[in-house]
Amino acid sequence: MYRRHSETVILILAMVGAFLLMWILNGTHFVQIDNFQSMAFQLPELGLLSLAMMVTMLTGGINLSIIASANLSGIITAMILTYYMNPEAGGGVSWGVIVLAICAGLLVSALIGLLNGFLVATVDISPILATLGTMILVNGLAIVLTKGYVISGLPDPVRFVGNGLVLGIPMPMIVFIACAALMALILNRTPTGVNIHMLGSNPTACFFAGVNNPAVLIKTYLLSGVYAGIAAIVMISRFNSAKADYGESYLLMTVLASVLGGTSASGGFGRVSGLVIALIILQMVSSGLNLIGVSNFLTIAIWGMIIILVMVVNYLTDQYQRRRQTT
Amino acid sequence: MKKLLARHETYVLLAIILFSAIITSVNPSFLTLENLFDLLRSYSMMGIFAVGVLIVLISGGIDISFTAVATVAAYAMTVISINYGGNMLTAFLIASVIGIALGLINAVVIYFFNIPSIITTIATLNVYYGLLTVVSGGKWIYALPDWFRSFSDIKVFTLSSGEGVGYGLSLVTVIWFVIVALAWVLLRYTLLGRGLYAMGGNVASARRAGFNLFFLHVFVYCFMGLMAGIGGVVQVLLVQTMAPNSMVGKELDVIAAVVLGGASLAGGTGTLFGTLLGVALIAILSNGLTLMRVPSFWYNVFIGLVIIVSVGFSAYRRKSKERRAIAVEVE
Repeated sequence: MYRRHSETVILILAMVGAFLLMWILNGTHFVQIDNFQSMAFQLPELGLLSLAMMVTMLTGGINLSIIASANLSGIITAMILTYYMNPEAGGGVSWGVIVLAICAGLLVSALIGLLNGFLVATVDISPILATLGTMILVNGLAIVLTKGYVISGLPDPVRFVGNGLVLGIPMPMIVFIACAALMALILNRTPTGVNIHMLGSNPTACFFAGVNNPAVLIKTYLLSGVYAGIAAIVMISRFNSAKADYGESYLLMTVLASVLGGTSASGGFGRVSGLVIALIILQMVSSGLNLIGVSNFLTIAIWGMIIILVMVVNYLTDQYQRRRQTT
Repeated sequence: MKKLLARHETYVLLAIILFSAIITSVNPSFLTLENLFDLLRSYSMMGIFAVGVLIVLISGGIDISFTAVATVAAYAMTVISINYGGNMLTAFLIASVIGIALGLINAVVIYFFNIPSIITTIATLNVYYGLLTVVSGGKWIYALPDWFRSFSDIKVFTLSSGEGVGYGLSLVTVIWFVIVALAWVLLRYTLLGRGLYAMGGNVASARRAGFNLFFLHVFVYCFMGLMAGIGGVVQVLLVQTMAPNSMVGKELDVIAAVVLGGASLAGGTGTLFGTLLGVALIAILSNGLTLMRVPSFWYNVFIGLVIIVSVGFSAYRRKSKERRAIAVEVE
């Protein structure tokens, strides 16, 4: 308990540090409403995908197929939307079609989640392999469906999800806050959430405690798939298009964001609040460096260094506390 | 026979024979020496990476960063060779030294700060690749030295096909096979190699048995770095271009090939023969799809299916074996 507490303190310190550093580097540019708004537009994509990654990491697994599922379900949604109403063709907006398209997209990602859950829980394949397989398969299906082209031209109401403002707050941020809150609720307040944590820290003990391990795993990967589907809606509406290889660089980033947020790579520990702080740190660093005109790639390198640094600091404080306890 | 059926490699080999038969029946030009040599040449980068990945997996770790290490090593090799001259030996030497150095960083972080290898290497992948792209500006280099260009065309022996075009076993393939042979001796006959299996099987037991775990970690990740360096140079030899973005993103494909060959992500198991078969399976599959004139966008669907079916099958065999073991215990 003490340890987790100190990890949160380190994270919050890192967040304040990142904020102050970027403020000093950028001057008043950094603390303007515009900048906060643009950060709030950018954060949710990686945020939603990281939630999808984190829930599987809590069980000691990993889900490499989230980006591929997000792209496939985005493509399905975009195909239905552009087939039935094309803004250029001047067709009217039909809410029925929009709901149908979004539901179809979510259904696809839920099915991929179920497939992952089946492979991990029932067939007993290690998660990294099972989801690597589905990642390649699903990506392949997305390429087959689109033949590698971009599907673009979405109706206005859908684009609003990615680009609209409600009371000055970007719409994607509202979606992200709702989803993060829901995830926190599921993980901390429901039996499934408790089981996910237990399964992650010790599957054998969890099994002997009378938990149906396979069922918990299937639910976990289903949840992960659905979150990837929600990320898909935000992604296609922000880009106003769908493609088989959008956001591939996000995949490993979601692992890093989860770990930076305190999720243990071996499972069992991790909080949504930590992940949210981690995402804010990463977003502030990337927006701040972008404002000074630093290359995107340097930002990615700095993200990598921050993660190693935070893990090293966590390890050292852990060692220090242990030594004090023994003496 | 029973012993043979208990081995994972047998099933991979059967799958390879099956696919080869199907492909040959559709397009006979698959089963020619020319195509074989061509495959052996073009998959030598993946094959060399796979040897490194196998050793990391055996030791119970994982390395995602090797494509970035390879890119950095190959880029440095190209720039130094163009500006200061040199020969093939210095080219491989530069890439190897850089690969080993970057591998050492991975090893030190993983061992001293107890950070899981997957997290460390994902982070260092981004650090190495990000910094390289900033330094290089992401520019492709085409103007390679002549001695470098001609090296990739050297063949150990040459046969000539009907149209008078020569083909043969490329020297690049020989490099790959020499590495495989050395790694085989290392894993099978040296204390170091057995130590890797011991560490992958059970870290605590390996420590009690007297293995120096720090040294083993350093060896594993430096070896991976060395393979990445050599593989990077081989890639530049094959495509005759130094493209900074050509390798990063392929790391999961290589890991998939190694795992298809029977290595376990939990560590402690895996053979070089299996790894060769895993690479061969992937190579034959994508080459075969081309020869059967399947549109290229179907590739990933097939490869994904093969991976899922194959790992599913071996998981199923392991599970039924466990069930049998438990049944014996009860009786």
